[in-house]
Formats: sequence, C-alpha cells, structure tokens
Amino acid sequence: MEDTIAAISTALGMGGIAIVRVSGLCALSIGDVIFRSARGKVSDFSTHTLHFGTIVQDNAVLDQVMIAVFHAPHSYTRENILEIHCHGGLLTAQAVLALCLQHGARLAEPGEFTKRAFLNGRIDLTQAEAVMDLITAKTNRAQTVAMKALQGNLARRIELIRGKIMNVLVQIETCLDFPEDDIKTQTREELNTALDEIITQIEVLLRTRHEGQGLRSGVLVALVGRPNVGKSSLMNALLGRERCIVTPISGTTRDSIEDITVIRGFPVTLTDTAGYRNARGLVELEGVKKTLQVIREAQIILHVLDVSRCYSEADRTLANLVSRKRVIYVCNKIDLFYKIRLPSWIDAEQVVSVSALTGQGVDILRKSIGDALPSEDPYCKLDIAINLRQANDLKQALDSLQQARQSRQCTLEVELFAQDMRLALNAIDAISGRGVTLDKINNIFSSFCIGK
Amino acid sequence: MIHLNEPVRRYDVIVVGGGHAGVEAALAASRLGCHTLLITSNLDTIGKMSCNPAIGGVAKGQIVREIDALGGEMGLAADHTGIHFRLLNTKKGPAVWAPRAQCDRIAYQMYLKSIVESQENLVLRQGLIDDLIVEDDTIKGIITNTQHAFLGMAVILTTGTFLRGVIHVGDCSYSGGRLGEPAANSLTARLTKLGFDIRRFKTGTPPRIHKNSIDFSELHTQYGDEPPCFFSYRTPSTFHVEQIPCYITHTTLKTSELIRKNLHFSPLYSGKISGIGPRYCPSIEDKIVKFSEKEHHQIFLEPEGLSTSEFYVNGASTSLPEEIQQKIIRSIKGLEHAEIMRPAYAIEYDCVLPYQLHSTLETKRIANLYLAGQINGTSGYEEAAGQGLIAGINSAHKVQNKSPFLLRRSDAYIGVMIDDLVTKGVDEPYRMFTSRAEYRLLLRQDNADLRLTSKAYEIGLIGSEQWKKVQKKKELIDFEKKRLRIIIEDGQQCADILKRPDVSYDNLKAANTDLSIEVKRQIEIQIKYEGYIRRDLEEILRLGSLDEERVPAGIDYHKITALAFESRQKLSQFLPDTIGQASRIPGVTPADIVILRIWIRKGKHRSTC
Repeated sequence: MEDTIAAISTALGMGGIAIVRVSGLCALSIGDVIFRSARGKVSDFSTHTLHFGTIVQDNAVLDQVMIAVFHAPHSYTRENILEIHCHGGLLTAQAVLALCLQHGARLAEPGEFTKRAFLNGRIDLTQAEAVMDLITAKTNRAQTVAMKALQGNLARRIELIRGKIMNVLVQIETCLDFPEDDIKTQTREELNTALDEIITQIEVLLRTRHEGQGLRSGVLVALVGRPNVGKSSLMNALLGRERCIVTPISGTTRDSIEDITVIRGFPVTLTDTAGYRNARGLVELEGVKKTLQVIREAQIILHVLDVSRCYSEADRTLANLVSRKRVIYVCNKIDLFYKIRLPSWIDAEQVVSVSALTGQGVDILRKSIGDALPSEDPYCKLDIAINLRQANDLKQALDSLQQARQSRQCTLEVELFAQDMRLALNAIDAISGRGVTLDKINNIFSSFCIGK
Repeated sequence: MIHLNEPVRRYDVIVVGGGHAGVEAALAASRLGCHTLLITSNLDTIGKMSCNPAIGGVAKGQIVREIDALGGEMGLAADHTGIHFRLLNTKKGPAVWAPRAQCDRIAYQMYLKSIVESQENLVLRQGLIDDLIVEDDTIKGIITNTQHAFLGMAVILTTGTFLRGVIHVGDCSYSGGRLGEPAANSLTARLTKLGFDIRRFKTGTPPRIHKNSIDFSELHTQYGDEPPCFFSYRTPSTFHVEQIPCYITHTTLKTSELIRKNLHFSPLYSGKISGIGPRYCPSIEDKIVKFSEKEHHQIFLEPEGLSTSEFYVNGASTSLPEEIQQKIIRSIKGLEHAEIMRPAYAIEYDCVLPYQLHSTLETKRIANLYLAGQINGTSGYEEAAGQGLIAGINSAHKVQNKSPFLLRRSDAYIGVMIDDLVTKGVDEPYRMFTSRAEYRLLLRQDNADLRLTSKAYEIGLIGSEQWKKVQKKKELIDFEKKRLRIIIEDGQQCADILKRPDVSYDNLKAANTDLSIEVKRQIEIQIKYEGYIRRDLEEILRLGSLDEERVPAGIDYHKITALAFESRQKLSQFLPDTIGQASRIPGVTPADIVILRIWIRKGKHRSTC
C-alpha cells in the first residue's frame, strides 16, 4: 500500500474530457514533475482546489489540463489524490497516464481506488460494494438502491441487528460469569422474543436478495415457441423497435438474439430463440441446442402460440421443457382467425393475448412480465438489495441464530447457546467487513471496473 | 552509595514480592534450575490473601487448574488448606463449571511458606526495594531501602498493591501497601524515569467481623460440596477435609438509606480517590448508587479460618468512615449486633500499563525485567499466580538461553489473559471471565491436565510420573470414544446416543464400568460438545498462523501512511510481536493487518518518488 496507483477513471472512448486519477503517497510529487502552472508546484496547492496548467513531457506540452488536488486524509481513498482532467479521446489520456507511470505510479488494479477507501477505513464493505453497484447500475431503481447503500442504509441496519445480538449475548454471558450474584436475567420467553425479532429482521434483509439479484444481473426472459408463431415480431413489439428480422418464412431466426428493455425498474433481457421443432438441418440443430440452453438460464419464459394454428405436439414438448419455470402463454396473432384450443391445465391467468402486428395487448404483456419480476413487496420499500456475499453471511448468522433458538428450547446448556450467538455475531461482523478475511477482500474488489 | 564492584551475590532470577504472583514465579524459576532470590518486605505474609480468603470461582477456578497442570503450587495450597469447597455453575454446561474454595487464611500462608522455604535453589530474604540497577536498557539487579544491592540476570517485580499504596478509610488516608504494612514508595519514580507508562488503580476490601456477634439463626446456610471438588490433579480423591459452612444474608432498606445519607464521606465520591476501581467488584456504596432500584444486595459471610473467629463480609467492601461502617454492617440482616474487628478500606496503588510487555511478561523497554500480578493492572490471586508462573518460567528460559514459553488464546485462560493484557491493555483492574475466552468450550476446568501437562513436562515443571498418568488418561478416553462409534445400541451409534441431553455414559449398555469418573466425564463432554469443538479447532488452525507470523522489531508505523492514523498510533504504542497480536489490538482493523503484512513482506522495497 506504500505505492502510488494511477488509472484513467472515465470511460474509454470519445468524450469531452478524460480524467486520470493518481492516488498514494507520491501522487503530489508526481504532479510536481509533470504539471506546469503559473501558480507554482502541485505540492504547494491546498487541498480541494482546481488548477489550470499543462502536462509536460520532455519539455514538450502534452496537453492543457485542469488538475484537482486532494490531500490525505480528506479524499476518496484517504490518500493524496491528483485528478488530471485532460482533453477527451483515448490517446491524450493514455499518454498522461503513461507519464504518471513513468514517474513512479503503478497501474491501478480493477477497483483499487475503492479498495483503498475501504482499507483506509473511509467506507465499510457494504458501502464499497455499493460503489460498484452504482457504477454498474442499469436502471433508476438500481441506482437508487446502490446510492442508499453507499449512504450506509444497509450498514446501519446491520449495525442494528448486531446491537440486538449483542444485547442477548451480554445477558447470557453475564449469567455464565456471575452465578452467585442475584442478577435478573431474561426469562425464556423474553429471550425467545428477542431472538425471533432478530431472526425476522435478518429474514427481511435476505428477502431483498431476490430484488438485488434482479437489479444487478437483470432478469432473463426467453421467447420460445414453434417456428413462425411470431416470436421475433413480439420481441420487436416489446422493445418498441425493429431488432429482429421478421419474415413470413418459418425458421428465419436460427440464432438467439438478445436485447434489454426496462420493466418496473429492472433491466430485462429479452432473448429471442429459434423456433422449436424436430431439427431438419445442421444449422437448425444448433439452433435448438441454443434454445434449450436459453431456457435453462431464463427466469421467465414467454411461450408464444399462434392462435390461428392448433396446439401441437411440439408445443406440448416445449411445455414440458419449461414446466419448472415461470411461464406466460402469449397467444399471438389475435387479429387472425381463432383456431387454437388451449389444454385445460393452462391457467387462464397465465395467458395473455396479443397481436404483435397491431400492438394490441403488448402493454398487458409488459405488465404480466412486470408481475413475474421480483415482487414489489414491503421489503422493496427498504431500498436495500443485498448481494450474494452479504446474503451468504446473513444466512450463516441466521443458521446460528436458529440453532441457538433450538438449543435454548431443548437443553439447559446455556454455554452452547452463547456459542451460537457468538457465531452469529461473527457472521454479522463479516458483512460490514469488521471480521472479514484477506482473500475475501481481494475477491470483492477485483470485480470492479478499473479506475474506481 | 552502592559499590557494584564489591563482591555481591549474583542470582539468576530475583523475584520482588512474595504474594501469589511472586510465590509461583520464584518456585517456577528455582524448579527450572535457576539460582533464585525471593525478596519481600515481610516474610510472615508470604502467599497472603489480602482480600477474600477464597481461591477459584468462575474462570478463576479454570486458571487455578491450569496453574496446577503446569506444575504450579496454587491448587495444592488451596486443596491442603480449604475449608469449604464448591463447584459453581453446575446448573449450566461443563464448560463453565468452576471450582472454588474458602481457605484458612493463615494455614494457606503457612503452607506456601513451608513450600518456598524447602525449595531447592530458592533463597528467601526480607527487604523493601527502593531502586533498580539498570545498564544499557538491561536490568542488572535491585537495591533495598537499606542500600543493600542484589545482582540478578533477571528480575521479576510482583509488587501487588504496594507501589505507592495509599489506604483510605473515610477522611483518613495514609501510606501503606496493605492494612498494617508499609508501602513501596520509591520504586515508581524509578520506573517512571525508565520511561514506563504508570497508571493509578484502586481496589477495596470489606470489614472482618467477630463470629460470636453474628445471629446465624436468621441466615441462609451454604454448605460445601461432598465430596469436595479439588483443584489439583495431584491431590488424591481420598484426601479428607473437614468442611465448615458459609452464610448468605442481604442488605436492607436501612443500609441503602445509610449509605445515601453518608455518601459525601466516601473518598470515592468526594473525589479523594482518583484511581480506577474494578467495575466487577464494586464497593457497597457503588452498588447502592448504581443499582438504586434494587432493595437488597446479597452479602456472603465467609469464615477466615478454623483457628480464628474472624468472618469476611463478602459484598460489603467500602471506604466510608469507621463509625458509618459499623452502622452499615449492623443494618444487614443477622448482623444487628456485629462487632467489626478489622475495618474495610480502599487502597490506591500504581501499576505499569501492560501494553509495555511481551507475551513472556518481559518488559519491551528494559531487557530481563519481568512484571507479574497486580502491577500489570490485574486483580485477583489466580490472575496474579498465573502471570507469576509464566514470568518465572520465561525469566528462567531467558537466563538459560531457551526459547520463550508462550500459551496461546486457544491453549489456556492464562494465554487469553496475557494476550488481552499485551494487546488490549487495561483501563480498569482486569479480572478473568469465561466470556473473554473465544474458545470457552475448549478451555474447561476438567481438561486443563489434558491441555497443558505435556507442555509442562517438556520444560521440566511436571515429573514423568504425572505426565504418564495423563498420557494414560488420554489413551483411555480416545480408545473409548472410538469404541462408542463402533458399538450400535437400538440401531444407533453409542456416540450418538450419548449426544442426547438426558443420556450419561453410565446409561449406555456398553458402558465400561472399570473407567474412572474423570475419564467417563471426559468422554461425555467431548462427545456432547463434538460439533462445536470441531468448529473451534478449525478456526484455531485458520487463525493460528497469524500468531506465528512475527513482526520485525523497530518498525516505524508512522511511515506506513496507508494505515489509518488511529492504527498507526495504536501499533506504535503496543509494538506487537506478531501479526496475531496486532490483529487483536482494538482499533486495528482487518484491513490494517493486510497493509501491515504486505508492508512487512515487501521489506525494504519502496516505490521511488
């Protein structure tokens, strides 16, 4: 951590400005070497100031820039930070970065700036993860939740749970260590009530995992059906633009095509698949294989049916393949003659009738997809959406608490109860990073995009 | 003026103080072959129990058994002089069971005195220490108040409450190390001059009353356990003890009223005492003030011995003036006519903040100088004795060029205590609790022998006979545990049947009736706790390596700018010996440990600016 890191912090590509960020002990002295200004040396500039000047390499001006100076510990990483605002475009920023590296900085690893913010104690682990969520947020809802987490929304809730566990633990430990003092201890009922309350609160947080997953990875929706039932038209209708080639010739779509739309704040990835039937050509066989894989990965299946044709054997096979998924039966082409008779085991609520051609019923379909997304239950109001790591630690805490509740009910061995409570406390501490191990920290931060 | 070139006797180890820490330290050093001097201001008060005439209790009883397994004397002394034995916490699980005994105070002293007097390699001497001889940051010896010098390769200070001790009773206060004994008033100045960070602590003791003035008819009688639960693994179970009872009573509303009315006379509340007292052993005025909602506070009446009529009024520690003490005592049920024989008093004393120690209890500042017991900010005979033993062993090892003897947090309560002292420091007198031990289910009073005997045998504090006995016990337990996994009863492994809460070993049809009670108990406990113990062992393995990772001496933490400022300060103050220690310093985060490890691994490599 002694070394100084540097990276281009803005997205690569064309743009008005690009920012090269340098953090570490030597950040300011690197500035002294590469930056020229009428107002003097970078290391003499006070913190939180912005300065105009030039970046100079071998006495030649590389770029005209603004630089922002932050002194430790009042910076994002709690280290000295230099932000060089260069002209946009790839080459200039890269040349400036190369110059920084030449003068002793090292190229930052992905997520290293945030990692340093965490390691230097400026933010806790849940907040560090929120930074990553914020950067990668695809929808407004995801952005809101990430920002709340960065502000410590989740951290505070975890702290609350921790306090409650601590309360119970202190009571138990006191009764273990002071058997001869007449201390008023909690009754079994009081203890159980306290435990139940903690357990409920953890379960509430765990339930936000469902939304969290949706917000981070998006929800995968697969359009499946026999050839030429209008899957591609439907996809275009859902996206509101021409994404797929639509022809009256069946089997036009041989590969899966994806695109993203936003429904109820979730990024929804729609995947159009090749029509399902007994494969005739090699290309089609590949297509069917691909379809099967998409079905496996999808959370929601739109089984598209053509109302002008009969429910066939192929539909039945498909229905079996998707039986374990959340399925919406989309009866397409309602502008045509109605010939289909749906099997009785299909629930009317699962059926949506549309015309991809006229757009009739498409908004109802969007709403049905919305209903199938992680539910808008009271937990969403928490504006918390935990990630997989947090969920695992919470589950561990929950396990220990449930074990504790059980042991409290069937035996008198208070010390085992205390042990379970201690384990629960450790798991809760791991969430905020209080008791987290090193390899875990590295794992978490390596998934950051570079520069943040 | 001292002339050091005059021929003076030179010892391997000098122990200053003859209390619970001093005795164990001197015995351990001399038993390990060091020519040892035990010097104390009064040879008649060796092993004196200045406060409660009791040994053991929750967490403390575990320490006594550990001292015993390591070849120390405390357990044997308590067993030989105990007059009331109880195993505490038996309503809870075995991990928190704890032996405790009331001992005959005078008999306890006499027992220990005879042991130290007959110990080979150990010289006893009466004398009050005024100064230390230090050259090149290394201790060379001590100087008495009569200007007599003793030279030693290592010195262990176990000064208890004697360093600048001041006794308080009401408005009166005077210099003293304990009731009726002079304080050591010059040594602190020397320690301060050497650069040690000194803190003022306070403790107190209740009055002693005459047995004949107690109305026992009103009191609840508490008898000792039969058969008594002994401390020492070396005390034969056939050892006979005549036990006498203790009594339980409580304060009344009148007590609370009296104390509230006279609170301004208490030096604690008038601000006269500035030292920090133990929260866990509050004075009666503290209890009344801080727990005002309680109408009654428990008082235990404990005999001071078989040959005396003095009774210890446990729970009535105070520093109020004597005439108010008398009124307070007489407001307690059954003590309406009680006669105080010795008044209660509070005592302030100096201690050396223990973050300045290595885990061997050697000071980081002055080589070969060791500190043990209350001088390190602890309270309690057992805590003191445990430290004395460790300081004794390590001073001997240092003198003999052997490697340090360290107990880890997963080895023993003594290990937990010393690690707490050196990594967390103290801000009030430190008392051991089971809640301080993260591996509480492993560190039990019943398995101290299995945990520690071989360690003591390796260094030579336990003889081969005792070691073989423990090895044999281990084998029997392991064999039987394996057998219970093989034998099936009612379609279930015996080991699994034993896990049920209502089943004991003797309930098994396959039970081996030849096994001793201790072996059977071990099997029961080990099998019942199995899952929890396995988890603990895994964690010990995972974290254990951190304690092997040494932090090189002389690191300038302020140069590691990546560390949070608070961590830099903490690390500079505590100067941890290992990464494990560093990770346990409060305020040092896991992240700081990452940084520190990377920094150490990189060694002298620095990026150029």
